[in-house]
This record gives sequence, C-alpha cells and structure tokens, in this order.
Amino acid sequence: MKYWIGAGALFIAAVAAALSPVNEYFFYAGYVVLTFVVLSTAWNILGGYAGYVNFGTGAFFGLGSYSAVVLFKALGAPLAVQIVAAAAVGAALGFGVGMLTLRLRGIFFAIATVAILFIMETLMMNWRYVGGATGLQLLRPEVLAPFGSYTRMLFVVMALLAVLAVSVARWVQVSWIGRGLRAIRDSEEAAESAGVPTLRLKLFACTVSGALMGAAGAPMPMYLSFIEPASSFSLNWGVSALAMPMIGGTAHWIGPVIGALLLGSIQQIVTVTISNEINVLVVGVLLVLFVVLAPDGIVGLFKKVLGRK
Amino acid sequence: MSLLAVHDVSKHFGGFTALAGVSLEIAQGERFGLIGPNGSGKTTLINCIAGALRNDTGSIRFEGAEISRLPAYQRTRRGIARSFQIPRPFHSMSVLENLLVPLQYVAHGREEEVFDILKSIGLADKADTLSSQLSQVELRKLELARAMAARPRLLISDEAMAGLSGAEVDEVLEILFALNAKGITIIMIEHIMHAVMRFSQRVVCLDAGRIICEGTPASIVANADVQKAYLGA
Repeated sequence: MKYWIGAGALFIAAVAAALSPVNEYFFYAGYVVLTFVVLSTAWNILGGYAGYVNFGTGAFFGLGSYSAVVLFKALGAPLAVQIVAAAAVGAALGFGVGMLTLRLRGIFFAIATVAILFIMETLMMNWRYVGGATGLQLLRPEVLAPFGSYTRMLFVVMALLAVLAVSVARWVQVSWIGRGLRAIRDSEEAAESAGVPTLRLKLFACTVSGALMGAAGAPMPMYLSFIEPASSFSLNWGVSALAMPMIGGTAHWIGPVIGALLLGSIQQIVTVTISNEINVLVVGVLLVLFVVLAPDGIVGLFKKVLGRK
Repeated sequence: MSLLAVHDVSKHFGGFTALAGVSLEIAQGERFGLIGPNGSGKTTLINCIAGALRNDTGSIRFEGAEISRLPAYQRTRRGIARSFQIPRPFHSMSVLENLLVPLQYVAHGREEEVFDILKSIGLADKADTLSSQLSQVELRKLELARAMAARPRLLISDEAMAGLSGAEVDEVLEILFALNAKGITIIMIEHIMHAVMRFSQRVVCLDAGRIICEGTPASIVANADVQKAYLGA
C-alpha cells in the first residue's frame, strides 16, 4: 500500500511539474532519465533476478522505436497504440531470446544478445520504408491538451511507463516467480531439482523484460522527431541498462531505479557542462568502481551500514 | 510393484559410453546402495533418474509411469528428490529460504513444515544464516533438507558424506535412517564403504557403465568382480 501511495504521488508530481512553467529543458533531460529507469528496471528482471546478462537492450529498444514509426507512418496510429504494439514486438523478441537460454548460459548468452542487436540494426538499415541508414524525419502530431508542449507530454508518458515498469518488477520480485528466478541465478540445476520450472520462468522473465524495453523505445522517435538505426540500436543502451542496476543494486527493485536516476542525471549534467563523449566514460568508471568496491550496489551498501548498527 | 524400475538404460557422451544397458528395480521403502569406482556411471545413472540428463535408450518408470522424457522439475513434483554431490545451495538465500523454494514450488506446504525439517536434520539454529556461510557438513545437511522439503517418496543421496569426518558421517547416516523409517525410499551413492554397507539392505556395484554385481552388503564385499573393479586385477 505504501508503495502505491508513493508511486502515485511521484506520478502526480510529474504531471504537476509538466503543467507548471518549469524550464522546458528539465523535461527534455528528464525524459531520457525516465527512459533509463524503464530500461534498467526491465534489464534487471532478467539480468538481476535471474542472472542472465543481456547486452542487447538496444535491440529491444530500437525495435520498439521502429515498430512505433511503422505504425505511425502506415496508419497514423496514436502514441498509446504505438507503445502497446512496441511492447508486443519487444515481448515476441524476448520470447525468442528466452528460447536461446535453453542452450546458452553465462557469457555465451551475453554474446548472443549482442549478435541480436547487430542483426536488428542491419535489418533496419536495409529497410527503405523506414528510411534505411539515413533515417526518417518525423512530423509530430498536435500535442494533446492539457500539455503545453510535446516534450512535456512525452515526459508524463514516460513517467507512467516508469511507474508501470517498476510496479511489474516489484511484483515479480516479491511473488513466487521472484524466488524461482533467484534460485535459477544461484544454481539452475538445483532450482530445477527443487521443482522450479526453469525454462518457463526464464521465458517469462525474457518476455516481460523485452516488452518493457520495447515500450520504452516507442516514444523515442517522436521525442527526437527523427529515427535512424545507428543511435536506435546503439550498444550504449545496453551498457547503461546494465550499469545502472549494477550501481544501484540488482537484488531489489529499487536498485535499478536509484542507479538510473543517479547515473542518468549525471549523464545529462555531464552532457551539458562537459561533452557528450565523456558520458560513456563516466558510466564506465562508475561501473568499475562499484563492481570492485560495492558489488551489491548502493542498496547493498545501505544494507551493510544498517546491518552494522 | 516396484517404486522405481530402470530398464536397459544407456547413455553416451560422444564416443564415451557412460551407461551400457543398466536395469534395476527398487522397492517401496528400500534402502538401496549404489557403489562403483570413479567414472563407473553412478552419478550419470542418478542424473538420468532425476532428470538432469536424458537417457539415450531404455525406460525409467516411477510408480508405474514412464518418466524418462519428463523435465527434472516434473520428476521432483512426482516424488523424486536428490541431493547434489557437490553442494549447490542457493547461495544468495538463507537456509530457510533455500527450503522455501521446493516448499513453494512442489509441496505447497506451510512454513512450519520447513522448521520441522530443519529441526530433524539439525539445522534449526541456522535457519536465518546465509547458505554461503555454512560449513561443509552443514552444506551436506542443507542438500538433504532441501530435498526433503519437496516431500519426496524417493530420495537420492549423491555422496552426501564425502569429505566428512567419522562423527559427521554417523550424524548424516542417522538422518537417513530416520527418513527411511518414515517410509521414504532411499538410494545412497557413496564411496565410504562402511557407511553404505551399514545403511543398505541391497547393494548394486557399477563398473564402466554396467552392473557387475548385486546383492546383500556382505555378498558384495566378498564378490571377486567387485574387488577387481576397485583394486584392479
């Protein structure tokens, strides 16, 4: 109950901010941070709970963006429909990736997800309808009332997706599914012999994770008024979506949220004050520091401090 | 009718024959010992029974039903539980939580049940300890306790005593005797001869994927083939 009050309050605050005269740039940057909240939360369902490291977040994200663009261009579908469709496509790709876990574990699974990323990028690069390698300019439709600008509206949409993603991740964590996924991460053989249907749970985690990543990608083309394959399918999405939960803590649903808010904000600040290129360096350095000094992330640090008292 | 009937089971890994047509039957309530030199196929056989591996040929029937094509988790749900030779605890969980996994996924029981199991196995005071902090003998007990939480009718104990001291071996033996007294059929794989001989009512000796001899513990010890398999010609 406390959770739902908190989540509701945060969402209402996001809407109120979007309706207030706060500087437009706040929403421009905030949208990206919220996208990272969704992506890292989605990544953590598979990578954190079940221990299957996915480097291909960009494949799901980019495919979500492209699904939205196709629907928009072909049918003029509204944003809500685009998001639902992108989630469905992401879920389908997630299910396929889940089938890979039948044979691939550990580093081999991780490599396969990178391969999927490159396959998706190559496919879109060669698809004329969506602009091929040069991309496609998109004309935003009219902004819906009561929002003053399209960016403000997208900020609220992404805030809603973030609340949804975190709620799903939290539900998975505290339900019987979460315990099964943790058992899989600790020892897949032992989990199976303790009665855990490992394949089914892995398929579930991959599908849910993929759906959320796809949904997160859907509003991106409208945010940029543009889509092109190189940035849609960038490996950086995957690196960030992995680094944020690692820094925040993978065992608890709040971990990826903390990681994404922290790292995402730092990235935005660095982009404005120093340069875009330093971004990746910041992620890398922080990731190395945390893996070495605090392998359980910020949540783990907190628990340690509280435990000592 | 026997509880478990293994018929003509073979398993190959590439060109290597791990099991070559093994057949055996285990009766309800039996204490069954499986011995053999290293690499003789003991663990492969129980992996085929428990479902971690699929046998290439032959059939495995549990309570009359063919199970050799079922995934491992479904075999556990039907009543076959195992412990692992090298303990595989869920290391991020407490001892209690380790047992909650099979309780939740198989037995659908209440948490008190888990405490009873921990008490009977001597781990009650470790319930909240992280399983990665257990000692070797505690890990072996956890393996057995976790298997028990699935309420099995057949328990396969894969070298639960390897590396334990004499007193600890006796402790684990007592636990297994007590479980058997409750009606649980037990297959014991063991290298510690005095333990397996004391425990088992019937013993089968494997060598190079074949059963070379079967009988009472006393007759196994006296068997020339067994001596040859263990000590060489």
